[in-house]
Amino acid sequence: MTGTMLLDIVGLRKAYPGVVANDDVGFAVAPGEVHALLGENGAGKSTLVKMIYGLVKPDAGTMRLMGQPYEPAEPRAARAAGVAMVFQHFSLFEALSVAENVALGMESPPPMRDLARRIREISTTYGLPLDPARTVGDLSAGERQRVEIIRCLLQDPKLLIMDEPTSVLTPQEVEILFHTLRKLAAEGTAILYISHKLEEIRALCDSATILRGGKVVGSCIPREKTARELAEMMVGGEFAATDRAGRSLGAPVLEVRALSLAPMSQFGPALREVSLTLRAGEVLGIGGVAGNGQEELLATLAGERPSAPGTVILKGAEVAHLGPNERRAMGLLSAPEERLGHAAVPAMSLTENTLLTGTIRRPLIRQGFIDMGAAKSFAEEIITAFDVRTPGAHVAARALSGGNLQKYVIGREVLQAPDVLIVNQPTWGVDAAAAAAIRQALLDLAAKGAGVIVISQDLDELMEIADNFCALYEGRLSAPRPTEGLTLEEIGLMLGGAHGMTDVLAKEAAR
Amino acid sequence: MIVLIKRPTPSRFWAYTTPLLAVLATMIAGGLLFAALGKNPVEAIKVIFWDPLFGANAAYFRSQLLVKAAPLILIAAGLAVGFRAGIWNIGAEGQYIIGALCGASVALAAYPAESAWLFPAMVVAGLLGGFLWGMIPAALRVVFGTSEILVSLMLVYVAQNLLAYAAFGPLKNPQGYGFPGSRNLQQYPSAHNPELIAGTGAHWGVVAALIAVIGAYVLMHRHIAGFRIRVAGEAPRAARFAGVVPARLVVTCLGLSGALAGLAGLFEVSGPNGQITDSFNAGYGFTAIIVAFLGRLHPLGILLAGLLMALTYIGGDMAQLMLGLPAAAIQVFQGMLLFFLLGFDLLTNYRIRMTGAHA
Repeated sequence: MTGTMLLDIVGLRKAYPGVVANDDVGFAVAPGEVHALLGENGAGKSTLVKMIYGLVKPDAGTMRLMGQPYEPAEPRAARAAGVAMVFQHFSLFEALSVAENVALGMESPPPMRDLARRIREISTTYGLPLDPARTVGDLSAGERQRVEIIRCLLQDPKLLIMDEPTSVLTPQEVEILFHTLRKLAAEGTAILYISHKLEEIRALCDSATILRGGKVVGSCIPREKTARELAEMMVGGEFAATDRAGRSLGAPVLEVRALSLAPMSQFGPALREVSLTLRAGEVLGIGGVAGNGQEELLATLAGERPSAPGTVILKGAEVAHLGPNERRAMGLLSAPEERLGHAAVPAMSLTENTLLTGTIRRPLIRQGFIDMGAAKSFAEEIITAFDVRTPGAHVAARALSGGNLQKYVIGREVLQAPDVLIVNQPTWGVDAAAAAAIRQALLDLAAKGAGVIVISQDLDELMEIADNFCALYEGRLSAPRPTEGLTLEEIGLMLGGAHGMTDVLAKEAAR
Repeated sequence: MIVLIKRPTPSRFWAYTTPLLAVLATMIAGGLLFAALGKNPVEAIKVIFWDPLFGANAAYFRSQLLVKAAPLILIAAGLAVGFRAGIWNIGAEGQYIIGALCGASVALAAYPAESAWLFPAMVVAGLLGGFLWGMIPAALRVVFGTSEILVSLMLVYVAQNLLAYAAFGPLKNPQGYGFPGSRNLQQYPSAHNPELIAGTGAHWGVVAALIAVIGAYVLMHRHIAGFRIRVAGEAPRAARFAGVVPARLVVTCLGLSGALAGLAGLFEVSGPNGQITDSFNAGYGFTAIIVAFLGRLHPLGILLAGLLMALTYIGGDMAQLMLGLPAAAIQVFQGMLLFFLLGFDLLTNYRIRMTGAHA
C-alpha cells in the first residue's frame, strides 16, 4: 500500500506553547489524487501544510514522499524533493513584470528570453494564458494567482499544495483553475487542496481528510456527502442556519449618486460613477474580487475621504463633506476589511480599541476626558455578546486570532445600534459557527430597521443574507439585482467574467 | 543562535525596567571607555553621577540641576506628543532660539520702561515665536508633502544665523562697548525671570516644565485627543478611521512642540542666560530628543530623564574639569545612554530565545 502512495504521513505532531496544533495526524495521498484538507480555522490545516512544505519542523511523526523518508529542513529542500505550494497571500512585486517575478523565486533563473518562452509554453499547455512581459500591478487577482501557479509548475512538482486558492477568484476563474488542476492530476501530479468552500471540494476533490482541534477526525469521499454533512463533520455537531425572516424594506437611508474618486495608491482602482440606494431593513450585498474598489468604497462611505458635493446622502442629509465621526453621530457606522491597523490598533487593548469608534454613540468620554470604566464595560459587553475568545478586555488586539478579532470589530459596531452599517469581508478567516453568528447579527440588525451593506468576496454568503446584489468591478458598481433567483453564472458575468478567458473555454468546449 | 520572538502583548515589566538597565549598561560601557582613556572608571562615574548631588559644593550643583533640566523637560514634553503621533520635529533647537529672540525683542523694545505686564508679554511672544517657527515645516508638509524632519532640522541653521544677525545687529547692546550681544535682561527687573526660591534654581521655566509634564500626561493618558494622537502613531489608517485629519494633526503637534520650545528659550534668555549672544543656544533642543526617548515618550518618564540628563551634563562638566576627560568622551557617554535605551527597548516587544546552532 505504502509503496503506491506519493505522500504518506504517520503520527505527525507539532506543539506550540499552550496549544497542540497537530496531534497524531496521519493521511496518505496517491499520485494523481486531488486530496482535500478540511477543517475550521485553527483546526491545524496550516501547521500541517507548513510541515509538509518545510516551513515548520514537526516534533514527532514521519513523512514519506514516494516511499523515501522525507524531512524537509526548509522550503528549498521541499521544492527540490518535488513539493510546491501556492499560498493564499501572493508574494509578488507589483512593479515588476510576470517573468521577473517568476525569476526572483528561482534558484538559478535562465536568461529572461528562455524563461518567457517557458512561461508561455506552460501557460498554453495548462490553459492559463499569461503574458510574461506584463507588469504584475496591472493584473487581476486571478491573473496574479496564475503567476504563482506557473512559478510552481516550472519546478515540475509531484505534489502541489494549494491554500484557499479560490477565495479571490470569480466563478469563471474558478472553472479555469479547476480545469488546470484536473489536467495536472490526470498527468499524475497529486494536489493537496485546502478550502472551506464545501461545494468546490465536492466538485473537485477525490478524497478528503477532516481535521478538528489538531486531530484527524475523519476522512471521506466528498462527492458522496452533502455540503451540510461535510460542514457538520468539520464542526463536530450541527449548527444553526441563518434566519432571514421578518424583514420589510422601508424608506431609503443611504443614497450614493455618481460617486467618482481618484485611486488611493498607485495600483489601486478608482471609483467610477458609483450609485446605489440602501433602504431601511435592507441587506445590500456587494460582490467582487478584492482590489476592485471595495476598500476605496468603504473608506469613502465611512467618511475617511471626502467626495464631491451631492454624492453621499444619509437619511436625506448631504454628508459627502463630513468626516467619520460626524457620520457616526448621524448613524452611519462601518467595519473595514483590514482588522489589524485599520479596524483596530494592534498594540492597544480591547478596552482602548472601543475608543476608536465608540465615543460618539456611547458615553465613553465626558467633555473629551476618557471614562476608562465605561470603555472597559463596553469592551466586556462586546466580548460577551459576540463570544469573543480572550482572557479579558485588557489583552492587546494583536494577541487575538483573526476570527475573534473580527467578531470584536463587528460587535463593536453592531452594538452601537447603527442606522446604516457598512462591512467589508465580515466573515473572512472566521470559522463556520462564528461566521453564522456574525451573519445572523447583521440580519438581526436589518430586521430592526437598519440598512446594511455587506461587501464580500464570498458569494455564498451574499446569496445567503442579501436582499439585493451588486457587483463591483474595476471601480464600477453594477445595477442591483434581487438575490432571489440569481444564478452563479449571472453573478460571474456581473463580476467581470474571467478576464478575457471565456474564448479559451469556448475553444476547449468546441474541441 | 539568538532568535527574537514577538510578544503578543508588550511587556509592562520590561517597559519600566529597560531605562534602568540602559543607565546601568551606560555606566559599565562608559567606565570601560574612561578606563581606556587612562582614568579611574569608578572615580569618573562617581564624579558624574554622585558628586553633583552629594559631593562637596553639592548645594550649588543641585540648583544647577533644575536650571539645566527645566528647558530639557519643557521641550521634550512637547516633542514626545509629536513623536507619539509619528511627527518628527527635529528642529526644537531652532524654535528655542526664535522663542528667545522674540521674547527678548519685546523686552528690549520696551527698555527701560518698567511694567508688571512686560514679562507676561515676553512669555506670549516667546511662545508665539516658537509656534510660528514650528508652523513652517507644518505648512510645508501639509501643502507640499515635504519631510518635517528635514525642514525642521534645516530651520535650526536658519535660526542660528538669525540669532547671530540679531546679536551683532538690531539687538546689540548700544552701551556694550561694541561687544556683540544684547543688554543683560537679568539687570532689567521687569524682564527678569528670577530664581523664585533662593538657592533652588527654580525659575518660571521650572514651573512651566512641571505644568507641561502634568498637561502632557492629562492630554496623552486621560483625554480622547491624546488617544487619537497615539493611534495616529501606531496605526495611521486606524486613526483616519477614528476621524483624525492628518493635516490637523501635523499642525497641532508641530505647533505645540514649537510653542513649548519657544517658551524654554524665552525663560532661558530672561533668566539663567540673561542675554542674546551668537552662542546663546546650548543644544537643549537636540538633547531634548534624547530626553523624550529616554523617558519612553511618557511625561513622567521625561521628568526623570530630564533630571538624569541634566545630571550627566553637570557631572560631565565636572569630570572635564577635575579629571581632564575630553569633552568628546562625555558626549560619547551621553550617546551611549540613548543607544542602550533603544537597544534594550527591544525587550518590551520581543522575547529572546537561545536555540541550538542549526541552520
